[in-house]
Amino acid sequence: MTQSFEFGGQQFEIAGEAALYWRAQDALLVSDLHLEKASAFALYGQMLPPYDSVSTLQDIAALCSKYSPVKIISLGDNFHDDDGEQRLAKSAAALLVDLTRDTEWIWITGNHDRTVSGKWGGKAFDELTLSGITLRHEALGGDPNPEISGHFHPKFRQVLRGRMVKRRCFVKTPRKMIMPAFGALTGGLDVQDVAIIKACDLADGEGVEALVPMQSGYARFALNKTGTLAK
Amino acid sequence: MHLSDPDPKPIVNLPPIILDWFAARGWQPRRHQLEMIEAARDGRHALLVAATGAGKTLAGFLPSLKDLIDAPSDGLHTLYISPLKALATDVRRNLLIPIEEMGLPIRVEARTGDTPSDRKARQRVKPPHILLTTPESLSLLLSHEDSVHMLATLKRVIVDEVHAFANGKRGDLLSLSLARLQTLAPKLQRVALSATVADPDDYRAWLAPYGDMDQVRLVEGETAAAPDLTILLPEGRVPWAGHSGHHAIPQLMDEIGRNKITLIFCNTRFLAEFIFQKLWDANEQKFAIGIHHGSLSVEARRKVEGAMAEGKLRALVCTASLDLGVDWGNVDCVIQMGAPKGSSRLLQRIGRSNHRMDEPSKAILVPGNRFEYLEAQAAFDAVTEGVRDGETFRPGSYDVLAQHVMGLACAGPFDEAELLAEIQSALPYSGVDAASFARVIAFIATGGYALKAYDRFKKLVKDPDGRWRLSHPQFAAQHRFNAGIIVDAPMLEIRFRNGRKLGKVEETFAATLSPGNCFTFAGMALEVESIKDLDLIVRAATKPANNIPSYMGARLPLTTHLAGRVRQMLTDRPGWARFPDEVREWLEMQAYRSQIPKAGQLLVETFPHDKRYYMVAYPFEGWNAHQSLGMLITRRMESRGLMPMGFVASDYALGVWSLKPITDPRPLFSADILADEFVDWVEQSYLLKRAFREVAVISGLVERQHPGKRKTGRQVTFSTDLIYDVLRKYEPDHLLLEAAWADARARLTDVGRLGDLLDRAADTMLHVDLERVSPLAVPLLVMIGRESVAQGSVDDALLMEAESLASIAMTP
Repeated sequence: MTQSFEFGGQQFEIAGEAALYWRAQDALLVSDLHLEKASAFALYGQMLPPYDSVSTLQDIAALCSKYSPVKIISLGDNFHDDDGEQRLAKSAAALLVDLTRDTEWIWITGNHDRTVSGKWGGKAFDELTLSGITLRHEALGGDPNPEISGHFHPKFRQVLRGRMVKRRCFVKTPRKMIMPAFGALTGGLDVQDVAIIKACDLADGEGVEALVPMQSGYARFALNKTGTLAK
Repeated sequence: MHLSDPDPKPIVNLPPIILDWFAARGWQPRRHQLEMIEAARDGRHALLVAATGAGKTLAGFLPSLKDLIDAPSDGLHTLYISPLKALATDVRRNLLIPIEEMGLPIRVEARTGDTPSDRKARQRVKPPHILLTTPESLSLLLSHEDSVHMLATLKRVIVDEVHAFANGKRGDLLSLSLARLQTLAPKLQRVALSATVADPDDYRAWLAPYGDMDQVRLVEGETAAAPDLTILLPEGRVPWAGHSGHHAIPQLMDEIGRNKITLIFCNTRFLAEFIFQKLWDANEQKFAIGIHHGSLSVEARRKVEGAMAEGKLRALVCTASLDLGVDWGNVDCVIQMGAPKGSSRLLQRIGRSNHRMDEPSKAILVPGNRFEYLEAQAAFDAVTEGVRDGETFRPGSYDVLAQHVMGLACAGPFDEAELLAEIQSALPYSGVDAASFARVIAFIATGGYALKAYDRFKKLVKDPDGRWRLSHPQFAAQHRFNAGIIVDAPMLEIRFRNGRKLGKVEETFAATLSPGNCFTFAGMALEVESIKDLDLIVRAATKPANNIPSYMGARLPLTTHLAGRVRQMLTDRPGWARFPDEVREWLEMQAYRSQIPKAGQLLVETFPHDKRYYMVAYPFEGWNAHQSLGMLITRRMESRGLMPMGFVASDYALGVWSLKPITDPRPLFSADILADEFVDWVEQSYLLKRAFREVAVISGLVERQHPGKRKTGRQVTFSTDLIYDVLRKYEPDHLLLEAAWADARARLTDVGRLGDLLDRAADTMLHVDLERVSPLAVPLLVMIGRESVAQGSVDDALLMEAESLASIAMTP
């Protein structure tokens, strides 16, 4: 059981179930918020509970009270679709306005929301490099520099002693870090899926591990070169 | 077949063509067949209760045939509804033969999920005289605008095997459809066919408009000969534990050899695979033995059913998948592996053999342990006395109502008050008031949330004339695609690389497999090649398989009726004389070392064992209730500092162990546990999430996953668990949470029986403090399936344990 870890020469801490706290930058990192996912489905007749944005933003606000970060960086797929910003209901919008006012809020844009207008505050970037670590939505093959990304929604899924344990998780290699989805209604992709190991773009001798958050600290699991959990 | 009934024959005029047909076969119409015609002539609804083999199906159809002969007409005359798709096809054959032999110009067609859509469309324009269908297909038919015209001519509706589904969600759906049919064809006669049930009045009320059972005439068939039932003791021994009865395999082989065709019923799919395997290992005579259960692919099941129909098999190992339906007249022996769990189900299974009324059916019970022996004996007595289990009817579910109302909206605009009056005529929904109905409509229209976020996206809108209608025809297509009542656990399809499908396993089981692992399925040893998306690709295994898939499914609980009998048998000491020596000595030892509870007493024993303190209670209320009780009691023990470690539940008893002794069990069994600990526990447990998943799919909140229509690449399927979490946090009073709660209470926790148990616990408890484990407690304590008590977060503990394994594995 470990509290914090090193990546790209920097110290990080897993914050809550799906966020990272970057001490040197005093930044909270989240990914794949998929705000207004429920209303995107409602458009097509699936009336999912219209509380996902509020729930997601309240969870971020709770982490803010704990860490009081200067920056919040959201690594793309911030809104479930391009119109999501327009659909944001009053209560959720008010929360977001507070958050973007009280912190230096950075939107990295993703494949779901190719643009963010900044209507509710914050600044938008395609990608951003801080202290030599590149922050982008989807892992880029062939980039030799340390990188933190999202997009794949990795999830740990194992039967342990006859009980199915499912939980969002982080994927970490010496150069790449893939964050889980933070949004309240975002599902996950099995961390053993081949798409994830491909995105890790492993060089010779590099290992991959899944970091699974627990109530305090996290558990580490090694992944094979094929992406399956080492047994 | 001759009429041996002394009752005066009812006076009805059968058309000569029907009488001639009976005569040509050397038959006479039976009394109940004539009474069904009489009921139809008198314009009455009718419930026919008769044993299998009594000519029930023909009795249901005869009035329709008579009607169509006496007054030939165009248009749909009769709807026949069966709970099984395969049965509808089977009956089609059985009905078509008389029609053909009588040379009647009557058109009969089937309409199920397998019927091509062009034929379905044609049926709505040019309907047959008799349409054979299922509750789900009927519901879908009602969602088409042109069905109104098609169904206006309907005279009779026949519901077959009504005992098998009336009190569940499919029964809810059908009761709503019947109400609709009655509106479209006001003179419609409702007919239901049922196996023998404990209380036919329950079913008369269910069938009748407004629950008015006096409108439904009860017609009873002749009673079948009492079955020839025996209890088989494995090599004369009754094991302490286990459920499988697999020690009896050599004797089973003897029975298979002795009979023409043997059906072997198992209570779970897991057990069916296990027994099949054991039989095959012992099959020196090379008998043709097959396997049949609900997770095999349709192709595999049809193949086995075909082999049975042609008489190619000597034995078939099966599960509840064969409780109903397909009649194979040549089965001459039925074997029940493990405990029968209820007398009605057992009778139904016995009825699968020998369909001649005048000869006894042969059936053998194979109990797996000593308690199961008592249960088998109780079932034996019940069957001998002809006593059935009572059925519980509960109010209709809101998720089914939402599906029905959406279906009707697809057929055309409706008036809210008129539709409410119609659905109130269905007994399960008679208690729905205007406010609740408005909630259901709001749910369909916008999700029914307090936060009116989706008013712009309404699925239903109100016309200027005040009627509700669909806002876009696209929603009708969506509804028809997703409608249905059966919601499976997430499953993976097992197939060979060449595409041949074998069946399905649950995701939870598949998650334990990796390439190279072997398991047994459909009686074959299979090796996992790869797991892709929702497919489990396999090949024939080259090494032995030691793993069999298990399925969550609903566990069949011991019925209240049989539980009462087992309790009674324990207290009746002179009655022990007929038990095998081992069982009798076991009970006598219990009386000597501990106590045997008197009638109405709840025995609770406490004793130290293996450095822990045990408490074992014997309520006989079924696994579900005991499992729930175990969860609740250990919570309470924890808050009282008794340091519980774990518990184990069976259909008969509950055992709990802790680090500190329980000196007085009474406070642990007090009824307030249902108020204080219950809600808290259910909300956090997987039970409510499982129930929520089902209501979310049935009500149309989330779309079903259809095989072949998978999203590619990233998994975008919806986890209803996430929706549940958000909803519980922000709108705990939502209609669907209410519906999930109702399901969890009724089906998953058996809270009714738990409540009864706790109500009488305080007054009837017989607490015996012992120095060591009692004989009665042994079968429970050697059971597998123990639960450890959640200390803090179980998942975290499991992760930490697994992590350390992973690190060890990584160290060179």
